[in-house]
Amino acid sequence: MNISLRLLSVLLCVCVATLCRADEFADLVVKLNGDSFSEKTEAVGGLHRLDDKRVLPVLKAMQDGNLFVVAEAGQIVIGKESGEGYEVQSVLDNSPLGVRTKSQLEKIKINNGLRRELRSLVAGLELSAKDPDIRRQSAINLIKNPDESLRESVESALGGEKNQAIKSLLHVALASIDINSTDTVKRKAAVAILADAVQPEAVAMLEKVAAKDPSGHYLEADTELASTAEAALIRIQTQLGIYKFIENCFFGISLGSVLLLAAIGLAITFGVMGVINMAHGEMIMLGAYTTFAIQQLFPQWLEMSIIIAIPAAFLVSGAVGVLIERTIIRHLYGRPLETLLATFGVSLVLQQAVRSFRANNVAVITPEWMSGMWQINGALSFTFNRMYIILFSLAVLALLAFLLRKTYMGLQMRAVTQNRAMANSMGIRSGWVDALTFGLGSGIAGIAGVALSQITNVGPNMGQQYIIDSFMVVVFGGVGNLMGTFFAALSLGVVNKFLEPFAGAVLGKIIVLVFIILFIQWRPRGLFALKGRFVED
Amino acid sequence: MRDTSVLQRLLLQDKPGKILLGCLCGLVVLVPIFNLLVPADSFFHVPTYVVTLLGKYLCFAILALALDLIWGYCGILSLGQGAFFALGGYAMGMYLMRQIGDRGVYGNANLPDFMVFLNWQELPWYWTGFDHFGFAVLMAVLVPGVLAFVFGWLAFRSRVTGVYLSIITQALTYALMLAFFRNDMGFGGNNGLTDFKEILGCDLQSSTTRVVLFVVTVITLALSYFLCKYITISKLGRVLVSIRDAESRTRFMGYRVEHYKLLVFVISAVLAGIAGALYVPQIGIINPSEFNPLNSIEIVIWVAIGGRGTLYGAVLGALLVNYGKTYFTGGIFAEFWLFILGALFIVTTIYLPRGVVGVADNWLALRRQKRLLLAAAPVEQV
Amino acid sequence: MTQAHSAVKSILYLNGVTKTFDGFKAINNLCLDIRPGELRAIIGPNGAGKTTMMDIITGKTKPDVGEVVFRDSIDLTQHDEADIANLGIGRKFQKPTVIESLSVWENLELALAGKRNVFQTLFFRLTQAQAHRVDEILALIGLPARRDDLARNLSHGQKQWLEIGMLIIQAPQLLLVDEPAAGMTDYETMETAKLLKNISKDHSVVVVEHDMEFIRALDSRVTVLHEGSVLAEGRLDVVQKDQRVIDVYLGR
Repeated sequence: MNISLRLLSVLLCVCVATLCRADEFADLVVKLNGDSFSEKTEAVGGLHRLDDKRVLPVLKAMQDGNLFVVAEAGQIVIGKESGEGYEVQSVLDNSPLGVRTKSQLEKIKINNGLRRELRSLVAGLELSAKDPDIRRQSAINLIKNPDESLRESVESALGGEKNQAIKSLLHVALASIDINSTDTVKRKAAVAILADAVQPEAVAMLEKVAAKDPSGHYLEADTELASTAEAALIRIQTQLGIYKFIENCFFGISLGSVLLLAAIGLAITFGVMGVINMAHGEMIMLGAYTTFAIQQLFPQWLEMSIIIAIPAAFLVSGAVGVLIERTIIRHLYGRPLETLLATFGVSLVLQQAVRSFRANNVAVITPEWMSGMWQINGALSFTFNRMYIILFSLAVLALLAFLLRKTYMGLQMRAVTQNRAMANSMGIRSGWVDALTFGLGSGIAGIAGVALSQITNVGPNMGQQYIIDSFMVVVFGGVGNLMGTFFAALSLGVVNKFLEPFAGAVLGKIIVLVFIILFIQWRPRGLFALKGRFVED
Repeated sequence: MRDTSVLQRLLLQDKPGKILLGCLCGLVVLVPIFNLLVPADSFFHVPTYVVTLLGKYLCFAILALALDLIWGYCGILSLGQGAFFALGGYAMGMYLMRQIGDRGVYGNANLPDFMVFLNWQELPWYWTGFDHFGFAVLMAVLVPGVLAFVFGWLAFRSRVTGVYLSIITQALTYALMLAFFRNDMGFGGNNGLTDFKEILGCDLQSSTTRVVLFVVTVITLALSYFLCKYITISKLGRVLVSIRDAESRTRFMGYRVEHYKLLVFVISAVLAGIAGALYVPQIGIINPSEFNPLNSIEIVIWVAIGGRGTLYGAVLGALLVNYGKTYFTGGIFAEFWLFILGALFIVTTIYLPRGVVGVADNWLALRRQKRLLLAAAPVEQV
Repeated sequence: MTQAHSAVKSILYLNGVTKTFDGFKAINNLCLDIRPGELRAIIGPNGAGKTTMMDIITGKTKPDVGEVVFRDSIDLTQHDEADIANLGIGRKFQKPTVIESLSVWENLELALAGKRNVFQTLFFRLTQAQAHRVDEILALIGLPARRDDLARNLSHGQKQWLEIGMLIIQAPQLLLVDEPAAGMTDYETMETAKLLKNISKDHSVVVVEHDMEFIRALDSRVTVLHEGSVLAEGRLDVVQKDQRVIDVYLGR
């Protein structure tokens, strides 16, 4: 049978060159399941020489023990463990072949020699791959698991590498191999390179070199090397401290901008109108569900779904807000405690309505351009979605400030809040202004929901998580003051993040809550209080 | 009218109060008879679970009274009343936990099960003393009282009023909820305290114990009612109303508003704590979800539906809403309960600012007017 | 209460008081001296700082700088509203503020001079003498017929009178009355003026008012406030001829 296959392949080779190569691939793959390890090694070598992008996944799968033979068909597949068995896909064209149970599959066995061979070949392939992401990942893997036998591959890759970031990673990878060598010169050079690296693995290696016994002597025989390493370590530690600080600030600011988004809408309904909207969290929830709905309705525009969702969520939540204002809040002006209760009723109804649609927890997909991160160096990276949220919240704040201060609608809003009777007599329809103001606040909550759908679970209770925090932000910053809301949100976010390492997330949150409660006792009107006689009563 | 003695005004001139007292007396006598003496297969037998359910409602009624005292009369809308209730409950729960002794799953005589599970070696200091019933009861009163005193002293002194106060009381109960959810706090974390065996040596599962607890609850409710009634008909009650209607006017009359607010806030917190302490042995569990801000807001709706500013209205509201809750969440309407509750919030605040009591009042007044008209007009058409 | 007057030189003394709200000087270097038993009218255009002045005297607002001295020796800036009320300064608001859900009688009972301690009010029992005092004031403000009506059912003028009654029953040495005639009919205005003149026999009274007829009826010394400080002071006919006062009122 083998002979006939070969004959066939030779025949086809004559016909079409590409097909010939493809068949050579298929042929070699079959051999991977050969009877002896030497046959397998030969097949691996053969595959390695092929310039085919399917080779790497196959070899990698083989190395990781994920290459199988389907029992009855003899087909060779790559398996991925899933719930009740393995999800398999063909090695030839990557087409998915469904789920197979463990008993239907037979793993292609490898021995130590073959494993070594594979590791070196896979690393070589990866390091010379066209895709820079694969090369970067490979270099990072090499730093994590330095392998003496791969030194040559790394060195040759280093020669051909053009990308500076990957090149420096490769240097570190090489150094992490060299540090364990016996050559003093190589080790010294390695320490020098590692001294400039910030990867946790590099730090660990330096620590190993600089380790001391209880009496304070270096464990390392080469004391000169050890003291160099120690000096480098001290420098790295401070550097890492700074990175940690920057990272905390970044996380804090991103948490703060989430708070800001959730609170800005409230700053309008509570700050400008004096209405306590307990259903504010549910307006956020509606915005998040709108994002979900858009993704379901237009799956073909997944990448753009977030952009479409922003105006859509604004309209949906805004419309619901206008409806609530016209039907309920309108009757309750001047009775803030009653508004609080009535809107709480609204929030219960909205939550239950979402539950009734059996939409308990839905997955909102993050578009490609929002996932991933900006890797600054081994110790510091910023995720894109958080960066977008920071920028987005600032944009919303700026837009809102512009709307309130510079537009005619903003002027009307401020007029009605300050003197309703006078505004009415000047021809402003205060009823409409109220409805629109409330709609604006709710609509912004909806926009916040779009952003939050990217970082938390979307469910009927999601609004509740934010409502108390949002109120705290608005009250802390000073009611009726957008700038105060901005500073309050960011500072609370940052403080929360810096408390976390010492106190843990939950205790940190409790500390912040208690702090705000005490702060309000001290300054009942918040951080940026409006002063003057008119704010009394 | 003003010459009548306090006792007279407390007992005789308070018609709804008399009705309430009558009902409570009836419950105290009838429930034990129909539960303990009437045979189980009789039509008139009241099953023990109903006794417990009634006991639960009455605990909530005490809680509603406590809120009505500060909200209905003094205008303090506390959204943290549930926290005081839960704290009282935890104090009692800790006593009941200690009573389990070595009958827990792990059979450790010194530590409650959850501490054994967390691999703790010894009892935290704040659990000492909870072996004694008296100490636990004292704590059920003292802990909510002291917390309310400290919180109220800070808040009222800085003149945090209205919605601001509501928001920070809500933050307080939220912070406490987060805290009690933590395992490190030593209050059983997520699961709270449960699997109680006995109270004062009596089996918690037995009907007699349940009936005794029920009777104690009824008596506590009656006493709480009279305490609140006494406060509201005293001059202090009028100062409270004055604070509610015109706070700064009251100040310019020379009253130290913060002291008055602080006193009723502490009384209210203590009543809530007592209600919690009565609730836990009957229900058999206390966990951090009792601190959920939602619970505290629900108390407000009981009072609002019953009719705030009338103590009996608060009791009535608590009974009505909780009966409704049991009725609906048990049946096929379970999904609709939150819709109903939400609608109640909206409808009551817009259309029934004085609650059910207000509606009844209006209706009675209308009928009286009609009767007067009929009596005045010569009856010609028969 | 009146006997004390002989001992003190000035019942209320403001010196160099300044209060700024966000850069706006509501009160600017204000000086004022009220003698015991004096009836003083204070006039001034809107925003002249009249209400802020009242707030400062009654402890609602703390001045940035300046002295506020009651009865020659008591520094009012060190006390809060309740303290100041108990020291003997009563205040009537511009908008009539009575306790709407209490009866007229209960309003007066609440304002009645006496201990304001929490526990004392809890166990308070009205004495015969106190009940008489309440009825007396009820007669003085002309509302005996409405003693058991809720205050919210009174007319605007009746509420003003009830509030004045509450002030008197508080037995203060100094009364601050903010625009008592606002929204009253001519007849009510004249009656109110008579009432205040009557009260000023036993108390020192400071009245802030816009209504010139009312001021004329009071027939007292007048202080004109403008932009937070005293512009002119003297008898009404003298003040009215002052060129600066005319400028301020006519807006040049």
